[in-house]
Amino acid sequence: MSWVNTVLQGILLGGYYALFAAGLSLMFGVMRLVNLAHGDLAVLAAFGSVVLVDQLHMNPWETLIVVVPLMAVLGYALQRYLLNLTVGATPLPSILVTFGLSIIIANTLLQVFSADTRGLQAGAISTASIQLGDGLAVGTFDIVVFAVAIAVLSGLQLMLTRTTTGRLMRACSDDRQTASLMGINERHVYALATAIALATVAVAGIFEGMSTQFTATSGPMYLIFAFEAVVIGGLGSIWGTLAGGIVLGVAQTIGGQINSADQILAGHLVFLAVLAFRPRGLFSRAAVA
Amino acid sequence: MISGADQRRRLRLPAADGAVSRRGRGSVGGAAGLTALVVVLAVLPYVAGPGVTYQLASLFVLVILASMWNLLAGYSGLVSIGLQAFIGIGSYSLLWLSIHGVGVYAAIPLAALISAALALPTAFLVFRLRGGYFAVATWVIAEVALLIVSQITSLGAGSGASLNGLSGYDPAQRQADTYWVTLVLTVATLLGIYLLLRSRLGLGLTAIRDSESAAGSLGVEVNRAKLIAYLVAALGCGAAGAVILANSLEVAPDSAFSVQWTAYMIFCVMVGGLGTIEGPVIGAIIFFALQYWLSADGAWYLILIGVLAIIMTVRIRQGIWGLVASRTGLSLFPVGYRVRVSAAAGAGEPPAGAGGPPSEPPGSGKHRGDEQERGLR
Repeated sequence: MSWVNTVLQGILLGGYYALFAAGLSLMFGVMRLVNLAHGDLAVLAAFGSVVLVDQLHMNPWETLIVVVPLMAVLGYALQRYLLNLTVGATPLPSILVTFGLSIIIANTLLQVFSADTRGLQAGAISTASIQLGDGLAVGTFDIVVFAVAIAVLSGLQLMLTRTTTGRLMRACSDDRQTASLMGINERHVYALATAIALATVAVAGIFEGMSTQFTATSGPMYLIFAFEAVVIGGLGSIWGTLAGGIVLGVAQTIGGQINSADQILAGHLVFLAVLAFRPRGLFSRAAVA
Repeated sequence: MISGADQRRRLRLPAADGAVSRRGRGSVGGAAGLTALVVVLAVLPYVAGPGVTYQLASLFVLVILASMWNLLAGYSGLVSIGLQAFIGIGSYSLLWLSIHGVGVYAAIPLAALISAALALPTAFLVFRLRGGYFAVATWVIAEVALLIVSQITSLGAGSGASLNGLSGYDPAQRQADTYWVTLVLTVATLLGIYLLLRSRLGLGLTAIRDSESAAGSLGVEVNRAKLIAYLVAALGCGAAGAVILANSLEVAPDSAFSVQWTAYMIFCVMVGGLGTIEGPVIGAIIFFALQYWLSADGAWYLILIGVLAIIMTVRIRQGIWGLVASRTGLSLFPVGYRVRVSAAAGAGEPPAGAGGPPSEPPGSGKHRGDEQERGLR
């Protein structure tokens, strides 16, 4: 039964990775921009939550109400005043600027909060579990995160297909110049996309912080997991991202079951195997960008 | 200052409308100056202490690393944030070879070759992605290498190991030898990149950087050229990694495979000048100075280099050397082609194909007015 349990835990872990991957995927989809500071922004949000808990004695759940909008505002400003300068024919400037941001955020957090591990206390829910019989149990909190991941991905899907803003984003993604000729202010549309992406990143970072411990330098790991979920699932496919996250999560828990030191390595190896044999991703309908 | 006609006579070119030359301003003087500099650096261990040569060797390593990152990003359009994979593999290959009885200095080129050999299968994987996703994929490769090396107990596992192959040497002699090896590798790197970029392959790489699809349609073998650049970068980073270990005598997985190496490389290249041979050298010197003075203040200098790299990327894409070169026409390592038109033959007409009017009136005595560099750098 332990293997069933391992797979089950892996699937739930996939919920976290899909939540991280949602924002990365959105930014790439709309702006062809790979945000290398993605993970560090999640850590920044988690530290924002830590500060609110410590200073204002808020509950970590309540901090979502404050931190998520703040991260969205930060995202809007970041895209509008910095990242828009890097959107262009070659990916080089955006890679370098977001990598620079990653270095700046991680080291600033290191200076301000030291290298100590931190955590957010989610309350009774973090230890609660749901019995599935036969010795199987799943954490209630993990179920909540999985549900939130599905909600966020569905929300993004609906936003992109059903709303005017989503239509504008798809127009800019398909053909930026024509979209701008049609009177779309693509700088504003891009900034909105980044605002939404950073809101999802904040949710992911705070949930991850409630689930496990983190440090100022956890960001690159989150980025890499999100990236692997996106590539395994197939670029440009929203539900593929969820599936990719689940595949990655299951690979990690199975690897960890075999040898606890191999958990992360197993995830990387599955990712590399997908690159080697299914470079378009396991669940992709769209062509590789 | 020699006139265009004199130049033409010296080059034995017909006094017709234009001539193509590969030399830029300062190329000859620059070559002489650089040779003199190398000679001075080579005799340095006889006059300076091991502290100085240790620091200089670290600087040379930065020059090699930055040049390799520049070869990828500046010439081949491949932005990697995972070259630390090959630095670590170079360090650990040297350690492994040394444990198995190979002399340390003989093992350095072997370590570089091992790096390049291991780069081949990873290239097969990461080349399936492009742009930003290629960049992250290279990072994953570095993480995989880190995780694997951290589990090899004979190489010290997660806590690292010391290089004992040089323990029999007199410390001063060892430091001097390591310094010379590093100097030779640095000169070989710069010369090698210079010759590579002047070759047919280099022209292909430059074309790929400017437009991959256009280069491909004109007959450049895009994938082959990129693969060669990637392998050369792995070779250079592997050599640098081996030298880092020979210089510091200690290696640990977390520092050898640290993504900070990439941050350093990016800073050096973007501040010095992307897509130039001189740029990474200048950037490495600036970085080295910043690190020397500021690293005592913890991570602040990393924040500073992040901010500077962003400013350079967004505002001054051509870097410091690019600014200098565009203002003065200086080119210490000429890899481009320039069309020169003499004042008499040109008579105010811009050379065919070169964009824009001359910035100085012809015959003003300044060479900039009657020579224009074509699109190639």
